[in-house]
Amino acid sequence: MTVIRLDGVTKEYARHRHLTRGLKQSLLHLPDLIRSMSAHRFFALDGVSLEVQKGEAVGIIGANGSGKSTLLGLIAGVIGPQTGTVQVRGRVAPLLELGAGFHYELTGYENIVLNGVLMGLTRREVAARMEAIVAFSGLEASLNEPLRTYSSGMVARLGFSVAVHLDPDVLLIDEILAVGDTHFQARCYERLEEFRRQGTTFVIVSHTLAEIRSLCDRVVWLSAGKIMMQGKPEEVIAAYEKS
Amino acid sequence: MDLILVLVQKDMKVRYKSSWLGYAWSVANPLLFTVVYYIALGIFLRFEIPGYPYPLFLIAGQFPWQWLASSIGGGPMAFINNASLIKKVRFPRNIIIVSGVLGDAIHFLLTIPVTLLVLLWYGRAPSWEWIPGIPLLVLAQFLTVYGAALAVASVNVFVRDLERLVALFLQALFFLTPVIYSVSVVPVQYHFWIKLNPVAPLIRAWQKLLLDNYLDPLLVGAAYLSAVSCFVVGTLIYRALSPRFAELV
Repeated sequence: MTVIRLDGVTKEYARHRHLTRGLKQSLLHLPDLIRSMSAHRFFALDGVSLEVQKGEAVGIIGANGSGKSTLLGLIAGVIGPQTGTVQVRGRVAPLLELGAGFHYELTGYENIVLNGVLMGLTRREVAARMEAIVAFSGLEASLNEPLRTYSSGMVARLGFSVAVHLDPDVLLIDEILAVGDTHFQARCYERLEEFRRQGTTFVIVSHTLAEIRSLCDRVVWLSAGKIMMQGKPEEVIAAYEKS
Repeated sequence: MDLILVLVQKDMKVRYKSSWLGYAWSVANPLLFTVVYYIALGIFLRFEIPGYPYPLFLIAGQFPWQWLASSIGGGPMAFINNASLIKKVRFPRNIIIVSGVLGDAIHFLLTIPVTLLVLLWYGRAPSWEWIPGIPLLVLAQFLTVYGAALAVASVNVFVRDLERLVALFLQALFFLTPVIYSVSVVPVQYHFWIKLNPVAPLIRAWQKLLLDNYLDPLLVGAAYLSAVSCFVVGTLIYRALSPRFAELV
């Protein structure tokens, strides 16, 4: 079963430089301005088609600015494509940034509720998972303190703990596996393995090629918004490393 | 629904965390300005409004105005301040505005007992008219303020100048709306202009309800007309602009 289907997706960004000269200058040079705006477009994704089957783990690699995060953003539904279509089935847990939506004045507990509800759970569902989330985070001692007293590692741990208890059908991960100490990282990998056994679909963006190699069934190499190559992890990674 | 609830709770908690007087601030602010206007206009300029003690009249308009000004004034930054959410999490973005305006509405409701106390102080009493009146006007004001805040929040993602414009505009609107004066003291030839003010009916309806215990059907009708317009326009602007928020905040 196809869970994610991207069909000829193009995402074009205008470089936003408009009105940097102020209103008067811009109006005086209006034709210039229009020309410069259309000249300063670039394709973050250029006609990308991709299908991901249920239970597959797909790794996305490529240089900075090659469109990896845009791709994840499109699958997550936070941005829309210019042309082409994006279809995703089931509950998506977009781990694009750990702790997005956390509030630093609220306590750990309050942030778990806030984050869980933002990610699409009901309050009751969060309450039911609370114990598991707390246990996973290993932060029991600090959860009554406001988040601003946490170290950045602790914040990331909390974010990850909420995220892995969303019971997603599709998990999108953008460079966030390297959080916490080695113990916690080991627990994260364990949890991800568990997800894999349950048939959760993964899309992972990472520069840590070892991570991609160990977790993914298939690797997609993006370059300048286009798919350069895709296939078995060893082959694609080898080709990417040579380039 | 759960999301709205949790966000409103968050706003409340955040607003009052490590502040000593807490909720008193939402009353203190308009109350302070009431005192200032009373001193400047009522005492120094000897301004009077026929039929009402001036401080009482000020209170009746000041609290609803405070809600309107803080919701619309907070609008421009509503999406921008939540940039990380908008970029990284998928949820209906207008919920940010809904919960912000709801929070302000709750603060407004908490000021009603204060209005009541001042009324009693001046030997006046509320009537049953308040019971249908308050929810009716709260809904009208919610729609008005939500629509306006949604519109400015959406546009401000693209044109950041709006934040300053809105602040100026609100200040001007305050003096052009019958908050510190009543329509009865305005020369007749200018009444037409006050009729053009989209928030005047709402504020006047509040004053009529709180001061005279009278729910004026004409004012309520006019208030709803502008409420529905604000709501529709705000929603249309938001619909048109929201797909690109994540790229620009």
